[in-house]
Amino acid sequence: MTILLPDTKSTEEPGTARVLHAYLKRDRLALAAAVFLALFVLAAMLGPWLVGDAASRLGLRQRNLAPFSLEQSWIYFLGADTLGRPILARLIVGAQNTLGIAAAAVFSSMLIGGALGLVAGYSERWYSHLILRLADVIMSFPSLLLALIVLYTLGPSITNLVIVLAITRMPIYLRTARAEVLELRERMFVSAARSMGAKPVRIILRHIAPLVLPTLVTISAIDFATVILSESALSFLGLGIQPPDFTWGAMVANGRGYLSTAWWIAFWPGLAIMLTTLSLNILSNWARTVADPQQRWRLQTLRKAAR
Amino acid sequence: MKNVGNPILKVEGLTVDFLSNDEPVRAVDNVSFHVNRGETLVILGESGSGKSVSTSTVMDLIDCPPGDIVAGSCLFDGTELSRLDADARRNINGRRIAMIFQDPLAYLNPVYTVGRQIEEVYESHGEAGGREARARAMELLQRVGIPEPETRIDYYPHQFSGGQRQRIMIAMAIALKPDILIADEPTTALDVSVQAQILDLLRDLQRETGMALILITHDLEVAASMADRIIVMSAGKVVETGPAREVFSNPKHAYTCRLISASPDGDPAEASNKRATKIGSETLLKVEHLTKEYALSSGAFAPKRRFKAVDDVSFEVRRGETLGIVGESGSGKSSIARMLLRLSDPSSGKALFSGEDVFEMGGKTLMAFRRKVQMVFQDPFGSMNPRMTVRSIISEPWAIHRDILPRHQWKERVAELLELVGLKPDHADRYPHQFSGGQRQRIAIARALASEPELIVCDEAVSALDVSIQAQVIDLLADLRTRLGLSYIFITHDLPIVRQFADRILVMKQGKVVEEGDTATLFRAPRHEYTRGLLQAVPKPKWLMSENEPPAEGADVFWSDRPRSGSFSG
Repeated sequence: MTILLPDTKSTEEPGTARVLHAYLKRDRLALAAAVFLALFVLAAMLGPWLVGDAASRLGLRQRNLAPFSLEQSWIYFLGADTLGRPILARLIVGAQNTLGIAAAAVFSSMLIGGALGLVAGYSERWYSHLILRLADVIMSFPSLLLALIVLYTLGPSITNLVIVLAITRMPIYLRTARAEVLELRERMFVSAARSMGAKPVRIILRHIAPLVLPTLVTISAIDFATVILSESALSFLGLGIQPPDFTWGAMVANGRGYLSTAWWIAFWPGLAIMLTTLSLNILSNWARTVADPQQRWRLQTLRKAAR
Repeated sequence: MKNVGNPILKVEGLTVDFLSNDEPVRAVDNVSFHVNRGETLVILGESGSGKSVSTSTVMDLIDCPPGDIVAGSCLFDGTELSRLDADARRNINGRRIAMIFQDPLAYLNPVYTVGRQIEEVYESHGEAGGREARARAMELLQRVGIPEPETRIDYYPHQFSGGQRQRIMIAMAIALKPDILIADEPTTALDVSVQAQILDLLRDLQRETGMALILITHDLEVAASMADRIIVMSAGKVVETGPAREVFSNPKHAYTCRLISASPDGDPAEASNKRATKIGSETLLKVEHLTKEYALSSGAFAPKRRFKAVDDVSFEVRRGETLGIVGESGSGKSSIARMLLRLSDPSSGKALFSGEDVFEMGGKTLMAFRRKVQMVFQDPFGSMNPRMTVRSIISEPWAIHRDILPRHQWKERVAELLELVGLKPDHADRYPHQFSGGQRQRIAIARALASEPELIVCDEAVSALDVSIQAQVIDLLADLRTRLGLSYIFITHDLPIVRQFADRILVMKQGKVVEEGDTATLFRAPRHEYTRGLLQAVPKPKWLMSENEPPAEGADVFWSDRPRSGSFSG
């Protein structure tokens, strides 16, 4: 069944940003997610300057202060932790480290894993097997052990933390990308490009990568939460962020012991992690629809016929 | 045929839209038809004419949105279908109205045995279960002509040939003795001889069960051989309706006339052929002893078996000439194309292009060769990247071969090429899925022309298209040959098409060339019995058939539905 579109009258070409904005407005949920993420990013950038040193100021009187009380100043609205530090301020300040590390780790593992997966899927040479076995080794190697090795050889730092996170999450992207490439490279348009004389690099970048990318972006959105939590586990081992610096993951870990007496200590950072991941998921779903010419109608204005 | 009683299905004033960014697109516009018990109604039309949409609405298969049923009613046996709830409709679908599709492999589940899938039809409708379902499934397989149903019932779909899979689909569809069978292009993907057998089976089943048959097709021969009544659709509207014989012998609407005169069959093809007027004496491509072997996997202790897909094939193509390669699926004709384009490597043999061996080329010479030889693929849906606009699809050869055209001239040249193949320059910013099959094939031709080739290999380039579109594309190819001095290798299973277009024909069977000769001679006096069989397998109009005529003579002799080679190695 083919659907023929009528000749669209060529009105003035709207810019790409305009069109994207219009598509975003059509999907309310994606719009909300985008606004929410923008707020978080803003908080991460301006936060330390806004709340100053409130995040690390101890307050013996506010120890384990329950949320939603307005007797103290507004900064204690979400309660305070075991040392009486306001949770709201800590969330804002912690956003910078959390989002920065997670974004760097997820992005680099997607980039490296995706690139290796494209090569491993398209080529049948020896190195494609090597790449796959490498992925197997990483997958079967306990990530905590790897972290310890890195910690003792390279020493603790944020860069090393990102490296460890990126390496351990990489096989997922590699495997997925390879599986998709194996299917795509048998498609007729790849044969067509080969018969025209296109070089492998061109086929991979022009024809295969654009169709693999949406899947990888979706996976990375889901992976974001995992990375935030494993970051806190690695930091606990001594690799990466050390007190007095902190992240949302560390805040969750801190509050775990007080769940029965002061649930809010672990709840608010947990909620922040969940909302971030959820927003990323919704947004990546929207991006996938935009990128697919055959699905784009879902974001366009559909006019019904008069009846 | 008995046309008495109330119609079993009556569709009235059906209008269906598809919503898009702009005005809604009307797929079906005020379509009415009816079908009686025991009658065959053929819905004839090109792709995109709305014939599938109108029957899918009856089966409730249209997604809304983007679909939008604007108006109309479907009365099935006196019940208005749109008023029923989902449960009631499910009960009618499958039990009382059944449907078979074009591509049986896509609709059979590959991980279940066919027996299990047929049994499921009985179980899901609560008709029978367990042993009884199996016995009935076996009976059905026997009825639709699957040999040895006792053992084949436990086979998986991939172990059957295309024709057999279609038989299995039919078995599932008729399992519950439906009142109406809707067949959507049931034979389009099949070879001519297998097509004839499937159509015979449908006719027999209809005679036995008295069900109504709605056959959707774009193929005039199929329509003529099956129809009692016919409706012709174009651009979503019914343009002609009436008894089959009348429509065919005395077409009234301009569209019907065009469709019938576009059919490449018959003697007029001899008079108004599109063959080359002058052929150069220079040999462009010379293929010598080309062979492609595959090693078949077999048991651990069995000796290695080899399967020759292409077996010692030699031919030559002169400048300005069209060589037709004809054969059924599995005859090795596509393997030849893939080897010539260096998409797969031959086991042995040579192919000299302007004196140089294609298989020895590398580096710069190979790049130059890739520029001079282009391919138009069978499936215009698959051969273009769905994420690329038409502009970037057509300009891809220039991006690959940097020396053809400087970048600032691309836009202009794309517009020229689009006009050359009969499309509009402002189509350049659209995506492939926004075009019909015929339009897409034109884009593929434009892309092939972009690198200014000397030889174009067309692998079943028009087989997926409708008759009138086929004729247009052939006209276009012939015109380009005269204007640009191109040569073609035209690979197809469809004899009438090559009859019009090819100068010389090569007939292939199981990897070997069985007959070669110039077109007129080959059609007038076919020497090999395989060629004669091919010529006879084309379906005949129903009104010319006598009651007791043996079905499609010759078909069984040459190609019984044999399983695909290599399927039974385990």
